[in-house]
Amino acid sequence: MKANTTQIGRSMPRLEARAKVTGNTEYTHHLKLPGMLYGKIFRSTVAHGRIRSIDVSAARALEGVHSVITGQDILALVPEPYFGPAFLDQPVLALEKVRYVGEAVAVVLASDPHVAESAVQLIDAQYDELPAVFDEIEAMTSEAIVHDVLKPSGTFPDLKHLVGRKNTNIALDYHLKHGNAEKAFAEADHVFEHTFKTQQVMHTPLEPMVSAAEPGDQRLTIYTASQSPSFVRLEIARLLGWQESQVRVKVAHLGGGFGAKLYIKLEALVAVLALLTRRPVKIALTMEEQFYTITKHPTTFRIKSGVNKDGRIIARRCDVWWNGGAYADIGPRVTQKSGFTSGGPYDIENIDIESFALYTNRPPSGALRGFGIPQLVWAYESHTDIIARELGMDTLAIRRKNILREGRPQATGTPMRSAEIELVLERVAARMKWDQPFDRGSGTIRRGRGLAIGYKAVVAPTTSTAMVTIAADGSCILAMSTVDMGQGSDTTMAQIVAEIMDIPAERVRVLNPDTDVTPYDMATLGSRSTYHMGNAVKLASEDARDKLLAMAMDLDLPPETTPVPELFRRKYGMQAGTVVGFGSFVPPYAPPDKTNGQSENITPFWMIGGTGVELAVDTETGHVRIERMINVVDCGTPLNPAIVETQLSGAAIMQIGFSMQEKMELDAGQVTNASFADYKIPGFHDIPPVFENEMVDAHQPGAPFGAKGVGESATFSVSPAIANAIHDAIGLRLTELPMTPESVYRALRILQNKPVEDE
Amino acid sequence: MSNARRKISFQLNGATVSATVENHHNVVELLEQFGLRGARESCGQGLCGCCTILIDDVAVSGCLQLAAMVDGKNVCTIEGMQKNGELDPIQQAFIESGAFQCGFCTPGFVLMTQQLLDRYPDPDDDQIRSYLSGNLCRCGAYPEILKAVRLAAEKRKSAATA
Repeated sequence: MKANTTQIGRSMPRLEARAKVTGNTEYTHHLKLPGMLYGKIFRSTVAHGRIRSIDVSAARALEGVHSVITGQDILALVPEPYFGPAFLDQPVLALEKVRYVGEAVAVVLASDPHVAESAVQLIDAQYDELPAVFDEIEAMTSEAIVHDVLKPSGTFPDLKHLVGRKNTNIALDYHLKHGNAEKAFAEADHVFEHTFKTQQVMHTPLEPMVSAAEPGDQRLTIYTASQSPSFVRLEIARLLGWQESQVRVKVAHLGGGFGAKLYIKLEALVAVLALLTRRPVKIALTMEEQFYTITKHPTTFRIKSGVNKDGRIIARRCDVWWNGGAYADIGPRVTQKSGFTSGGPYDIENIDIESFALYTNRPPSGALRGFGIPQLVWAYESHTDIIARELGMDTLAIRRKNILREGRPQATGTPMRSAEIELVLERVAARMKWDQPFDRGSGTIRRGRGLAIGYKAVVAPTTSTAMVTIAADGSCILAMSTVDMGQGSDTTMAQIVAEIMDIPAERVRVLNPDTDVTPYDMATLGSRSTYHMGNAVKLASEDARDKLLAMAMDLDLPPETTPVPELFRRKYGMQAGTVVGFGSFVPPYAPPDKTNGQSENITPFWMIGGTGVELAVDTETGHVRIERMINVVDCGTPLNPAIVETQLSGAAIMQIGFSMQEKMELDAGQVTNASFADYKIPGFHDIPPVFENEMVDAHQPGAPFGAKGVGESATFSVSPAIANAIHDAIGLRLTELPMTPESVYRALRILQNKPVEDE
Repeated sequence: MSNARRKISFQLNGATVSATVENHHNVVELLEQFGLRGARESCGQGLCGCCTILIDDVAVSGCLQLAAMVDGKNVCTIEGMQKNGELDPIQQAFIESGAFQCGFCTPGFVLMTQQLLDRYPDPDDDQIRSYLSGNLCRCGAYPEILKAVRLAAEKRKSAATA
């Protein structure tokens, strides 16, 4: 690595900035193919039931309708039409049973989307309703069983023991044991136990989910707003019994993703419809339909700590129940991969973790910006605060006393390396001026402050590959399957290529993912791209550069000083030729022991995020006004500080929504607020007037130029920092999200011993 | 489905154009006929601002406007903001401030900022927040958008005095 970089650390605007401000960005949303049919989905109206009949005759008879397809029609093409990254549990269209309100049951196809939409209203399905279960705790013992038999996919060898399991809603149980928690609890001076809950929310990318498929001769091209093109190719090929090379997946820029557009969403459906009709088919969801497609796990987290008089935590037990909804999606991975950090970034010698992925009759849950971590931090950082207050300790002091320091073993036994937990905590405290007095308000306006810190391990093991092509004029083309959904990966990856090739990043063209051309990448998720794809891109660039150097040596030209165009001219006699570099990156990893979850190397890197909040509570209305928010992260050395800054703001603001306002309301399984009219995401007035971000001075070894992922880190600690500040202001502890004015007001009235009587 | 179609003509970014529309088509669908992609239907309820356009100089949600009703009107979209291939100072300010991530909401914010600055050339932060409160950005680029609007106001002022 060169000591002085010119392209790394440069806050250059995004490569596609001009297209974005002129409205010219091409999203899959805009795609039109010649002869294309539009699909509109008919959805289940019951939460759990056996399909008795689906009458599509009236819909089929409507003028302009091309066809109506049900699950039965798909069987002719795909005998086992079930998909999923962890469990093969989700049918392309419902078969025999429906498992949640909003599940796709049939599709109407027409050249005019309005015709298809009208025809959907003419479909009549009858169900024999079955008992349904919606709550994750009830699902543990409920007689309502969502899936008759568990069907883990072959992708993950560690799920093999679940094959064929019956009469259970537990998709996965995860256990971690470190030290002897039971013994330590018996020895502790104090034992604290609390239960915290989080609600179901939705990503609501402003470009709603959309996919199209175009049949060819023994070929299929899928155009999709997806974060995981390589997975889509693999899974569609598996469903069809085809070669991967017969399926081409093309992805444009995404109008937001946040984890919603992962794995298979509409891709299997459009693929099957295109093959059945031999016509291109596009399905674009409405904002409402997104709420029926993928969501964030509601959770219940019971946390128990054994603490000594001096505030030292010596034992912790975590029981976490993840409400996965009707289909597992990536939920079981959330349960495991986030599960092992349930104890928090603290040095606790004795810890037991039990984490359960549960099926219920809700819309499915999957990954959402943080992969389960914000739900965990919500509980353990609220709990930590309560313990401090009960012991009469400062809430910063208890964290300082217990923080997990460099080199100390994490709950999995993996020693912490390059995780600036302590520094992040200290920077939050310093920026909050924690040791100084502040205005506590008076009368009905009471002010308080709170802080929290959380951490995450990047998912492992995963693979990224990349290809760099050098043209004869020295400009470069980067082919990779990382999807730019707004996080700026095209730009930062171009900066890596440019740095190695010693050219301005503006001379690097980044291809949109196209699985015929761009090589394999696991997926754009979990803040993994900067590190994994960044390494692959760096390796590919170095490979290309080394080939240029070898070319110079062959031609007896000085390798370091010969301009690249000159090199090509000398080699090929004119401006001609191509040099290609390839890079592949899989970090080292040690899988955890099956019985106790212990591992020497559980993750390639850790992400740290801390938040400090100052707020005012109106005790007459329950309204909370966040006046100041500080987000501090360890993201290693940022490649493009301006883009990182936006990632931090964006993550924290999204989590403000999940903390203060957003909640999917369900009535007998029916989402009753699936629209922006009733489900309010943060707007301009919801942003704290003082809003600051900081990246601590850090360097991640083994990472490209010391940079690691950052897309999620500022979500981690927002919710508990707010709850802790509310407690500080008015002595009230909230244990459920979201913290709406109504919930604050109701809790206040209970605290005052005059609960609000419901009408 | 009603089959009623009608021919309309209107001003689109300064040019007189005509189109055949069905009664139930909205303006976003109409603009698609002209290959314009800047106004996008997202929430479908006029609540997110992604489909913002100007009709007779008033910002409206394109998804709530029936195409047939722009007959004879003056429609301006993000595509009309560039002059001779030069970005408008507002667009330039959005780039310089990094005021977007995925970019899906950006045309709406840019047009709304234009309307704001036309009416209040020197807005304070509260005015900016209030004026842009009908536009949603799920990526949460609000702090950068605030900076971009301030910068755009500066750029307009210096362009006016230049």
